[in-house]
Amino acid sequence: MSLLEARDLSVTFGGVHAVRGVDIAVERGELLGLIGPNGAGKTTLVRLLTGAVRADAGTIRFDGRDITRAPAYARARQGLAMTHQLVRPFRDMTLAENVALAAAHAVTARPLAALLRTGRGAAQRRAGELLERLGLAEFSGRGAATLPLGVHKRLEMGRAIAIEPRLLLLDEPLAGLNQTEAARLADLIATLNREGLTVVLVEHNLAEVLRIATRLLVMVEGAVLASGAGSEVMRRDDVRAAYLGESRSRRGEDRGARG
Amino acid sequence: MEAYILSLVVFGALNVMLALGLNMISGFCGQISLGHAAFYGTGAYAAALLSISGLPFAASLALGALVAGALGLVVGFATLRVREDFLAITTMGVGFLFLGFVRKQEWLGGEFGVAQIPSPLSPLGFAVLAVGGALAMVALSLHLRRSWMGEVFRAVAADEDAASTLGVDTARYKLWAFVLGTACAGFAGGIYAHVTGLIVPDAFDFIQSVTILAMVVVGGIGSTWGVLAGAVLLTLMPELFRFVNDYKLLIYGALLLAVMRWSPAGLAGLAALVRRALRSSPA
Repeated sequence: MSLLEARDLSVTFGGVHAVRGVDIAVERGELLGLIGPNGAGKTTLVRLLTGAVRADAGTIRFDGRDITRAPAYARARQGLAMTHQLVRPFRDMTLAENVALAAAHAVTARPLAALLRTGRGAAQRRAGELLERLGLAEFSGRGAATLPLGVHKRLEMGRAIAIEPRLLLLDEPLAGLNQTEAARLADLIATLNREGLTVVLVEHNLAEVLRIATRLLVMVEGAVLASGAGSEVMRRDDVRAAYLGESRSRRGEDRGARG
Repeated sequence: MEAYILSLVVFGALNVMLALGLNMISGFCGQISLGHAAFYGTGAYAAALLSISGLPFAASLALGALVAGALGLVVGFATLRVREDFLAITTMGVGFLFLGFVRKQEWLGGEFGVAQIPSPLSPLGFAVLAVGGALAMVALSLHLRRSWMGEVFRAVAADEDAASTLGVDTARYKLWAFVLGTACAGFAGGIYAHVTGLIVPDAFDFIQSVTILAMVVVGGIGSTWGVLAGAVLLTLMPELFRFVNDYKLLIYGALLLAVMRWSPAGLAGLAALVRRALRSSPA
């Protein structure tokens, strides 16, 4: 049985079919690269899976349980974590506090326990370990509001991992990072995957995706176009057309902007 | 003179309770409410009617807080889907609904309110009770901030959706904030009813809600000590300066705008600035 299985998933925003009839299965232990041109519906698919957006049609099963109608927090508790494409740190908290709050998920799941308990020890230790691992130890006491994007991207990862997920959905974690930062974060994602965490990686940085993904899924115009091993998928004509089409139009936009 | 001082102490303490309660909802949890006086009124009416019907004073106070907290739960539930400006407008509407309802109810005395509420304590007794209650709420507020619930409130205030992706049931936490904050207001209302012996709907109008909000904002939204200072300051101001009482809404409104424009963290923010300046200046 797949860890996550979505069938015939569709959602429409104001007449636009953002995701149309998508079938997707995420197998235990894999690192699935989800790629496709802008507007292909990748982020919407992730948001459907995490519960930020409700599907108009289709079903989602996570570890055999139907979570189609479960709210976002319930999915997170069952082990479905995500990072946001546009980073969303709690800005008036320090990095350590951001991650500690996620690490305290067992306490915060019960409001009465959360009201009675003040001890930060265990969660803080866990946050310290994770920040260390993400190379953020030096920033742990800093406010989240003022730090650069590279730090925020890793903070998103840290918070997501801190809830001890079984499936991690990463929405463009490498976007906006320089090459060194991107490679380092990709290495970390690969390491987490080797340690047993199942990962879905939405990413435009094809070089890094091809380097670390164990399987590739290509989306175009709200539907799945191809799925399989990275090198095979990228050789397909329809995939190349979808990507070349995009890069041509992008160049056109750039020229237009300059002129 | 002594009676005047004692009543000033009571009203200062009541305002501290009201402001700290609103601060739990708006300051800690980020849910702006412009109808806090409705819960103050609910506690006052409930406790007054229960006392008149023969219930012991302490039980009336406790039940007044409970009834206000229950209404807070209902209002919280009804407003779960609205955020920010819309929440402010909706809670303002709740305040007007409360007034409109109470004014038309025969059994609540209509416009004339409820009179002949038993007065079981001496003026000194009420002052001790009110100050004790206010101190208990300071303690509750300080604890809440340090607890994991306080930490979740901060996250909900900053970014509700991000909090829910971490497994936090944000709706339940918002309801907790509403219940705790409105129960504090209800408790204050119960004391108020017994101190004055007479309650009328107008005591719980929009001006009262704005006054409580002004105490929170002037003191420093989110800061327990700041809000305490704000409540004391705004209790004393109309007493020290006659004209403040005459132009209360105008002055509090202007104060609200001024603080939001020049010192969004209120008195607490100013105090922090001064502390930093003192520390960095050569000794």
